[in-house]
Amino acid sequence: MDLYAESILDHAHHPLCKGPMKHPTVSHEETNASCGDSLELRLLIKGKRINDIRWEGEGCAISQAAMSMFAGHLKGMTTEEAAHLPPRSVFDLLKVSIGPRRTKCALLCLHALKNALRKLNGEPAQSWTETIGN
Amino acid sequence: MPLDTAAIRRQFPIFREEHPPIYLDSAAMGQKPANVIDAMDTYYRLAASNVHRGMYALADEATNRYEASRETVRAFIAAKHRDEIVFTKGATESINLVAKTWGKANLKKGDGVVLSILEHHSNIVPWLQLKEEIGISLRWIDMEEDGSLRMADIDAALKDGKAKLVSVTGLSNVLGTLPPLSDIIERAHRAHALTLIDASQLIAHRPIDVTELNCDFLAFSGHKLFGPTGIGVLYARSPLLSKIPPFLGGGGMVQRVTREEFLPADPPAKFEAGTPPIAEAIGLKAAIEWFTQYPWKDIEAHEHALLAHAIEKLKAIPSLRILGPASADEVAGCVSFTIEGVHPHDLTDILGRQGICLRAGHHCAQPLHERLDIGASTRLSVSLYNTPEEIDRCAEEIRRAIAKLKK
Ligand SMILES: Cc1ncc(COP(=O)(O)O)c(C=O)c1O
Repeated sequence: MDLYAESILDHAHHPLCKGPMKHPTVSHEETNASCGDSLELRLLIKGKRINDIRWEGEGCAISQAAMSMFAGHLKGMTTEEAAHLPPRSVFDLLKVSIGPRRTKCALLCLHALKNALRKLNGEPAQSWTETIGN
Repeated sequence: MPLDTAAIRRQFPIFREEHPPIYLDSAAMGQKPANVIDAMDTYYRLAASNVHRGMYALADEATNRYEASRETVRAFIAAKHRDEIVFTKGATESINLVAKTWGKANLKKGDGVVLSILEHHSNIVPWLQLKEEIGISLRWIDMEEDGSLRMADIDAALKDGKAKLVSVTGLSNVLGTLPPLSDIIERAHRAHALTLIDASQLIAHRPIDVTELNCDFLAFSGHKLFGPTGIGVLYARSPLLSKIPPFLGGGGMVQRVTREEFLPADPPAKFEAGTPPIAEAIGLKAAIEWFTQYPWKDIEAHEHALLAHAIEKLKAIPSLRILGPASADEVAGCVSFTIEGVHPHDLTDILGRQGICLRAGHHCAQPLHERLDIGASTRLSVSLYNTPEEIDRCAEEIRRAIAKLKK
């Protein structure tokens, strides 16, 4: 299917969960230096669950749409479950085939999530290789 | 005489394909004419052997071809002596060679290296590495809004006499602007600073005469000149090279080795340790021979017309902003732009699906993009095999892509 399907452009133009959060439990920003895409993720954690999620960012339609879709998917999930989400979980939401060229665009949201959760646990950030590889 | 683009295109296997791409990314890599591919193929099939070693005819042949390429490069950039030409892996290695040999031997803490804001990362990072290692200071030449360099910044950077090198691009790989090299080199020399010209882009768009320019170093890659990857050139005015310590150590770069010490070979061998890129040197010679069939004024006129056409078509697209002077008289090779609300990667991805090859991103010039206050741009670059029809098609598809992405 077309990479720029209606559903993706809809999310890119009208993103969900985008905006500020007053008192996030953790916030974390990841950027994609090669294209200047950036996503800052803010999580409100309550009882080991992602109670609320907000994000800010700019970049290509794929990175922004993926974040928008992913945010809705994460709400209510336990941090344990979220920490183990594979790249597949993002690709399934996008429903279009993502070639190697755009993998990092699509997975910037997952990368930001993984490292936000690591920050929450006082662990060092994981590399792109780890994000893409599992 | 106008270039016969149809005849030119027939010499490139890729453009003889049934559905050739609309290739507007020659600033990243030039396509390869058949004679380049054939020259390398023939070497591998019939003349493969190492250089400067064997005592048999085949080895002589390889050495002769390799050295003949050095002579072709020398003549192409009008250097005085063949031993002023060092073969490297590419422009990046050439600049690193200067930083890591001349730089380390001659620069000390507090010395300055002057760079322009237009530089490619390969002419920034080696100097940042010396900043970390030795504590040199980088002094930047800023630009005006139209992309022209602020000459007052050069004088300011040279004023205290601590700047030892001015290292600038001959042609911006983003804006397409051409810094006034002779003027810059003269100012640098007056302040007793050496000069390095990054000719990576310039080499395929303008004739270069290093003797007339009077630069001290000049670097470029073969692949942007329709040659193979894996070969580049460092020109260094003699006798500079004989005073610079060697770069990599190994075979070929020594006269004598004992258990205690080594005596380096004379330049250029001194800087060509190990088996050099022989096939690539042969390919580069073929590329230069291909290029020099056409008078520069015809190439320049053709590319000027293409860029003028591209700028006109791009300007007519609403919400598209051209970076730099937006005038074909002031640029060469490429023009870059941004479109409000459309990310360059989305645009070029969609164009790519139509077989239209444009480059998106920061083009390895992040300081320039930061200066322009943008994260990324889209670059359209032209060469002598491109046609106005390709530009028309590209502009049309850009409009379509915008309509789709902005809907
Ligand atoms: C202005 C400029 N300098 C340096 C380089 C580096 O060339 P290479 O990657 O072939 O070493 C490039 C290539 O993109 C360039 O455009």
